[in-house]
Amino acid sequence: MRNTFSEALYEEATKNEDIYIVVSDISPAGSMAKFTTQYPDRFINVGVAEQTMIGIAAGLALKGCQPFAYTIATFSLYRPFEMVRDDLCYQNLPVTVVGMGAGVIYSTLGGTHHTQEDIAVAGAIPNMQIIAPCDPLECTDATRWCAKQKNGPVYLRIGKAGEPVLTKDAEPWQFGKIRYLRRGSDVCILTYGVITKMAADVADRLQAQGKSVSLVSVHTMKPLDREGIIGALQRHKQVIVIEEHAPQGGLAAQTKQIAWDIKATSRLDTFTLQDAFIHNYGSYEDLLAAHGLSTDRIMAAAG
Amino acid sequence: MEGSRATRANSFDVAVARARCKKYRRRILDMSQHVSALHIGGAYSCTEIVDSIYNEFMRPGNAGGKSPDTFLMSKGHGCMIQYVILEDHGLLSKADLDAYCTPEGRLGTHPDYGNPGIEASTGALGHGLSMVVGMALAERGRGTDGIIYTVLSDGEVQEGSTWEATLMATSLKLTNIVAFIDNNDFQSLGRTSVTHPSFYPLGAKFEAFGWEVVECDGHDARSIYEAVTGRSGTKPLMVVAKTTKGKGVSYMENVPMWHYRSPNKDEYAQAIKELETQG
Repeated sequence: MRNTFSEALYEEATKNEDIYIVVSDISPAGSMAKFTTQYPDRFINVGVAEQTMIGIAAGLALKGCQPFAYTIATFSLYRPFEMVRDDLCYQNLPVTVVGMGAGVIYSTLGGTHHTQEDIAVAGAIPNMQIIAPCDPLECTDATRWCAKQKNGPVYLRIGKAGEPVLTKDAEPWQFGKIRYLRRGSDVCILTYGVITKMAADVADRLQAQGKSVSLVSVHTMKPLDREGIIGALQRHKQVIVIEEHAPQGGLAAQTKQIAWDIKATSRLDTFTLQDAFIHNYGSYEDLLAAHGLSTDRIMAAAG
Repeated sequence: MEGSRATRANSFDVAVARARCKKYRRRILDMSQHVSALHIGGAYSCTEIVDSIYNEFMRPGNAGGKSPDTFLMSKGHGCMIQYVILEDHGLLSKADLDAYCTPEGRLGTHPDYGNPGIEASTGALGHGLSMVVGMALAERGRGTDGIIYTVLSDGEVQEGSTWEATLMATSLKLTNIVAFIDNNDFQSLGRTSVTHPSFYPLGAKFEAFGWEVVECDGHDARSIYEAVTGRSGTKPLMVVAKTTKGKGVSYMENVPMWHYRSPNKDEYAQAIKELETQG
């Protein structure tokens, strides 16, 4: 996803000289290297200094530019949190804060590099918008949208590398609207981000059992498509939420809230990361499993 | 001289500057009688600095339009002096200032982006200089010659984020930044020289980061003027301005309580009397 993000941003930057990228000590790989070479004045590497990364992006936006701030998710959102809140959200500036490698993708690097609660943290700030694409194609659509929008700040939560394409024949991506990757009538799986691959595997297994399954990318986590979620709750017998995020403040919690509000009668099962730092140093899948997230466990509990 | 492009042409008059500052301090005192708190001490310590920025350094816009230069009040709690100058310039109204800190008004004790003449929301310290760097970058990227002026408090320079921005301004070779440190030697409740003796010498630290540094008397308009007009224009400029918190009213000077408090009626009367008898 980081390469498709870079490619999409580079393409947008060729069309709009107000696009800047302010990065914090991250190697300019792939198209980011092209950006660096071709537009050196618009590629700013602040080094290991995330607070000024956000502040500089804010200053650029205050002068009408369209900046992106980019580094590993924990450092783009948590380290400079007050700058994100005050400089970007309070002033409502069209800056995209890119959280790369969000969730537990940096599996062997430990809790300092895991971004388990970013949706809750970013989502609690007024004016913040959140997009978490599920595959490289969604990442391209989201990046293009971020490069043009003037609503206010965006937290763009992306993966790292190797995510499979899941949306090739899906309906068009639209900011603020849930996106059906498959349509069925028995079970609806709501998910977002890199873990959508696991959700697709669960969908395959459920379909193999003879169930009619919807698979939905809830790529825009704020503003959440409340009407879309209500529709999913009303049109399916069972809704399953799978997310790579803490139980608080993410899709599971918000879907439960909506279900309560509308007195939904569908079965609702939620699968999230734990509210815990897990000291496991295996693969990405090992980390998810340590948190209780695997296709087998989800099937055992909700299949 | 390269530095002269940062100023209005030959308009400097120290007596006029002094008269303006007296008027501005008086206006702040009047406003103090409507609210319990207004950061008067910090506004008085940077009165001459902010006056010089607005009335001597920032160039007027064409046909009465916006100045090509920008002022960002990094020490947001000093915004009272900014408000009264913006009123003097006609960007804020008397009604705006009369409604300060009321539900009917739009002005609070920190600058709020979106209000006329306010270029950024500040209040949390250590945010301003990074935004200044971003603004200066945007000016350079567009090939415009706008200069970004800012005032930092000395307490604010304790923030790590200020040093991140200090490093970036010179790493990016920005030359269109003129920053002041309102060096009144006070944080909200104590002397910086006591709590942080290693803070000094302050100017040398910025020099070590590659800035052009000049020291001046922050209450002497001529000293401020010469500090800025003498700049080389080849580096960002940091003016370390020696100031006195609460300057102009004897009982406020260097007394921490006046960081925030409003004077009562008797104190107000004494303050007015003192201001009126000053040259």
